Amino acid sequence: MELYARTIAEVSDLLRRQEVSAVEVTRDVLRRIAAVDGRVGAYLLVDEAGALEQAAAADRRLAAGEAVTPLTGIPLGLKDLLSTRGVATTCASKILADYVPAYDATVVARLRQAGAVFTGKLNMDEFAMGSSTENSAYQPTRNPWDPERVPGGSSGGSAAAVAADECLAALGSDTGGSIRQPASFCGVVGLKPTYGRVSRYGLVAFASSLDQIGPLTKTVTDSALLLGGIAGHDPRDSTSVPREVPDFREQLAAEIKGRRLGIPREYFVAGMDPEVRAAFDQAVAVFTGLGAEIVDLSLPHTEYAVATYYLVATAEASSNLARYDGVKYGRRAAGVDNLLEMYYRTRAEGFGPEVKRRIMLGTYALSAGYYDAYYRKAQQVRTLIRQDFEQAFSRCDLIVAPVCPTPAFRFGEKLADPLQMYLSDVLTIPVNLAGLPAISVPGGCSRAGLPIGLQLIAAPFAEASLLQAAYQFEQATDWHRRRPPLDV
Amino acid sequence: MDFEIVIGLEVHAQLRTRTKIFCSCSTTFGDQPNSNTCPVCTGLPGALPVLNRQVVEFALRAGLATNCRINSTSVFARKNYFYPDLPKGYQISQYDLPICEHGYLEVVVDGEEKRIGITRIHMEEDAGKLVHPENMPGISYVDFNRACVPLLEIVSEPDMRSSGEAVAYLKALRDILVYLEICDGNMEEGSFRCDANVSLRPYGQREFGTRSELKNMNSFRNVQRAIDYEVRRQREILLEGGQVVQETRLWDADREITVSMRGKEEAHDYRYFPDPDLLPVEVPAAWIEKVRRQLPELPREKRERFIAAYGLPASDAEILTDSRAMADFFERTVELGGEPKMASNWMVSELLRYLNDDRISIAACPVTPEGLAALLKLMTAGTVSGKLAKQVLAIMYRERDNDPAAIVKARGLVQIDDQEELAKIVREVLAAHPGEVEKYKGGKTKVFGFLVGQVMRRTRGKANPGLVNDLLRRQLDG
Ligand SMILES: [Zn+2]
Repeated sequence: MELYARTIAEVSDLLRRQEVSAVEVTRDVLRRIAAVDGRVGAYLLVDEAGALEQAAAADRRLAAGEAVTPLTGIPLGLKDLLSTRGVATTCASKILADYVPAYDATVVARLRQAGAVFTGKLNMDEFAMGSSTENSAYQPTRNPWDPERVPGGSSGGSAAAVAADECLAALGSDTGGSIRQPASFCGVVGLKPTYGRVSRYGLVAFASSLDQIGPLTKTVTDSALLLGGIAGHDPRDSTSVPREVPDFREQLAAEIKGRRLGIPREYFVAGMDPEVRAAFDQAVAVFTGLGAEIVDLSLPHTEYAVATYYLVATAEASSNLARYDGVKYGRRAAGVDNLLEMYYRTRAEGFGPEVKRRIMLGTYALSAGYYDAYYRKAQQVRTLIRQDFEQAFSRCDLIVAPVCPTPAFRFGEKLADPLQMYLSDVLTIPVNLAGLPAISVPGGCSRAGLPIGLQLIAAPFAEASLLQAAYQFEQATDWHRRRPPLDV
Repeated sequence: MDFEIVIGLEVHAQLRTRTKIFCSCSTTFGDQPNSNTCPVCTGLPGALPVLNRQVVEFALRAGLATNCRINSTSVFARKNYFYPDLPKGYQISQYDLPICEHGYLEVVVDGEEKRIGITRIHMEEDAGKLVHPENMPGISYVDFNRACVPLLEIVSEPDMRSSGEAVAYLKALRDILVYLEICDGNMEEGSFRCDANVSLRPYGQREFGTRSELKNMNSFRNVQRAIDYEVRRQREILLEGGQVVQETRLWDADREITVSMRGKEEAHDYRYFPDPDLLPVEVPAAWIEKVRRQLPELPREKRERFIAAYGLPASDAEILTDSRAMADFFERTVELGGEPKMASNWMVSELLRYLNDDRISIAACPVTPEGLAALLKLMTAGTVSGKLAKQVLAIMYRERDNDPAAIVKARGLVQIDDQEELAKIVREVLAAHPGEVEKYKGGKTKVFGFLVGQVMRRTRGKANPGLVNDLLRRQLDG
């Protein structure tokens, strides 16, 4: 098997045994990017020189046997909203076209410390606003399983790059499903950690109370390894939680016999693709076969989740994106005469239509006279949604559900109707509102050959338990072994 | 018809923390533009604020010293507006849950005590500064050194009824913040800024009149003059049957008028909402109690104690408690054996004159409490006269020499106490002025002072004045 097609765990072993060098692995991945990215469009920037330099440094560490971690010498891709010192970070927006951060995000700094290699920056919906990566200001990213279809979003570049073997794994961010939904569409493993588990410092904010960075990987083991590399308290992020990080990989093998898996009634929404439903039923049968106990659950406020999300997220976004004003960095409209014109034109030219739509929605939700009816009400409903889950987890250990009502859709299919696009996040959004950890693992396949993901949701900080169940499922199925037909 | 004046004040006090409120950049004033900045205080994408606990501690001090209730949970909120000196497009402030509420200050105006309510005290970050270089029209620079410097906003109730009361409140508040060592209280440099809400209403009316908000007053004097101007302006409008417009007005100190800056319809909708990047600020009762215990004696308490314990006149107590450093200087002098009333007199009438002439603060005074106490003791012991002591003090101050005994000895300034020597001089003086002696004996006792002066002149001021008086009387009357 080619090096690029392997997993973190496998390459890490090869590197430690010095059977291959990090430079060889990196060159192999870079060749793969050169070979397929023209068809996929996952990368906004490939940092060949930087990657090879980091690989050489990793090789010196490996040779000396010093400070070697499971991520030393592993080529990873980064969603283009993670600040990378000296490497452009655009958020797939024109307004940050020329922006080069002066500092590393905490997750980037931790991975650098661990000796990882960064291949480049991955495409996304502009400022993470979208579910198809069609809102990128730069390029579409194609689903490696079907070039006519979207990879999902907003971390579409990250999911497609992992599925197409253009990196061993990648980091994405999940605000309303932005890791799990593209992972489902592209047939990879996507983990959204508990809010506060991973530092957000240096993650360009979309909605601060919902955003969370997480890994997109080829296997659950890799997910455990990469999560271990980025998790943990960060004094630079007041919302990160000072809690011990367990060795997730070591705990993977625990049995799930006797665990109670809850199935929320409300998640089987109208319009769910029968193939998604069938794949889900089959997955539940797998868990039953592994000795899990199935519990019927109700999460009664689910129907308000999408509305709540689009008030909270847009309100926060309207404020978070105010800093792009042309004063300090990024794009400034040319030939303006006064301050007001500079603001108007910089933002009119710099932001795409979906970003503008959300800034306007959020501004409206926070306006005098509307705050109580919208923002405050949304916060109250958010509390109810969180309580739904608290009650559910008194009756079960994990929740199991589909990720998205459909497999990957076609380009343009939902672009004309934003509401239709928003509704495709109905099964992922409640998790963000409640701050819970959740994972999407390959869990089926449509007749057309498109991957279908399975979602597992756990109580706060129960990532270890989440990964165990996902691992057991992965061991019992072959979905993760399927590769997209890119090489034919 | 006459009107009642209603004034409420909003004070912004820059806190003297070493580092900024949400990052670890230095708060030093006057450094190279943008040298004290980082991703957080310049609002780089992805940077996050982390609260400096010292700011909370300072807010607690201010709240407790102004009799506020401390909210055990308070919340930072974003105040959204666009301006180039505001790097994030919002200011992190506090809105519906400030850290301190419902306090008051007692101030004395024209000998009468008055209680001024304090609505709230909250923590927030300062903005940067725009620099408009000369000769470069159309170009402005932004200096973010001040961005993220901690501020306390202290909002009073509309309880003041004259510009005099407003200034008394401001001074009392400033003295407290300076005493608490949380603000340097410098209005000219902007570390203590004040906006005033001013309105008029007919006496007896309960509802407030329409107010204007006055800005840009950078001294107590300007606050007083701006309010006085605004009261006259509003009174004229009302007397002519007009309506006061709700607006923000700037004080123009050169033209001595207020001018309209923006009206109500241009007022911002700040779209406040809780900042999701910061957790609510939790202040456990134990923390509040600790700060309360460590609170220093405040200006008013200290003034009253100085009057009661040392028998000082109110005016001197006022001056000595003007700053904590001054009060400490006085008490240290007393502790070292200086007689309290003497110490007070010598500080107020001598030492402060030197300091004022040289425009230096008590902290930089070349004479130390040790030096002053030693000098006072020489006087009490009769070693030097008051007149000599003034000369000695001048030398101490000029030469930064705090050993008055040595100065006296080295310069031969010791008082002449020798009875025989003085008696001889007195005899000589009387012999030299027979006419004056005649007048005295004829009942014109006024010449006595002239004769004393003559003795002093011959001894170049070193004669013990008490002894000179005695000897003269004895020889004249005897
Ligand atoms: Zn800073």
